[in-house]
Amino acid sequence: MASAPSPDPGPSGGGTALSGGTDLPGPHDTAPDLGFEYHPPTVTRSAKLLITGPFGVGKTTLVGAVAPLVLRMDESMTEASVGVDDLRGTPQKTTTTVAMDFGRLHLNESLVLYLFGTPGQARFRPLWEGLADGALGALVLVDTRDLDHSHDVLDLLEEYGTPYAVAINRFDDAVEYPLDEVRQALDLDGSTPLTVCDARDRDSCVRALITLVEYLSARQLESRP
Amino acid sequence: MSGPRRDPDVVRPYVRTGGRSRPSRDVRLETLVIAADSPLQGLEPDARRVFAVCRGGVLAVAEIAAGLELPASVVRILVSGLMDSGHLAAPVRRSRADAPTTDLLKEVLHGLRSIA
Ligand SMILES: Nc1nc2c(ncn2[C@@H]2O[C@H](COP(=O)(O)OP(=O)(O)OP(=O)(O)O)[C@@H](O)[C@H]2O)c(=O)[nH]1
Ligand SMILES: [Mg+2]
Repeated sequence: MASAPSPDPGPSGGGTALSGGTDLPGPHDTAPDLGFEYHPPTVTRSAKLLITGPFGVGKTTLVGAVAPLVLRMDESMTEASVGVDDLRGTPQKTTTTVAMDFGRLHLNESLVLYLFGTPGQARFRPLWEGLADGALGALVLVDTRDLDHSHDVLDLLEEYGTPYAVAINRFDDAVEYPLDEVRQALDLDGSTPLTVCDARDRDSCVRALITLVEYLSARQLESRP
Repeated sequence: MSGPRRDPDVVRPYVRTGGRSRPSRDVRLETLVIAADSPLQGLEPDARRVFAVCRGGVLAVAEIAAGLELPASVVRILVSGLMDSGHLAAPVRRSRADAPTTDLLKEVLHGLRSIA
């Protein structure tokens, strides 16, 4: 299900705008109305960042605050579940469909950035392979009212080797803890950036993303011979 | 051969992708593609839909999945097959300024600063 917050009409029925030829589509071959715009033809490259964190921490809110277009896609996830299937004793597998939202923003004429809202609970591990692969890094949102629920996501990031920065999404009723205490509670490495943001506020989210990419950039410089 | 299938969805992605369970090439959610000038004929229904939608312009794999309401893992496999058969291709770079930068992170940083 695609949802486009902007009312841009887009090149609807883009598939009907074929440049003639003998291969005219039949009635079922018309490209469906996507409900959102294609990229301008100058866009040829993409980059991906993950926006992750525990349940309900504000991932979707942040993606919507930063990206002018937010879409939703389904991903299917196959897990071995408890119990065995029939007498043969083969492990039973269940397939779950998970809806994931992602935002896109054009950073210059040719480069588009994708922000993937990525659930950070351990049970979503099967989704991570496809998400973490190729990601430049991740911004981890945490809620100081419930830091314990952030350990799963930090484990997943370590497992997939995705570099990350942490941003406290400050909720109105949350007590303000000194950053050092939060850093300790999360057992963060001294070099991992830790900032504060408001997932509803675009500027503060863009600043948190800048902090992340500055860190990624510095890290890359260091690792060069 | 196997026991009763409790969940028909287990077989569906496999069937929908013509028997493949992994992409044949490195196709990621953010990979951009556009349709080449190839005929639709001979494509399976889902591949045909993906190809048809890509005729409208440049899209990322995740956007094709969103627009067609197909699971992203299925779209990754279909797109890789369509790239193998020449139906889809990476968008063509138009200028030298568009060349892949040696420093993508710096470019992303610059872009984010420009919208801050
Ligand atoms: N007060 C306050 N509320 C927020 C903030 N960020 C998010 N919320 C609210 O918290 C709730 C959860 O936010 P979401 O953005 O849906 O969180 P999420 O991480 O995407 O949640 P899941 O995808 O379900 O894990 C929503 O009702 C938001 O409106 C914030 O900074 N301050
Ligand atoms: Mg969400």
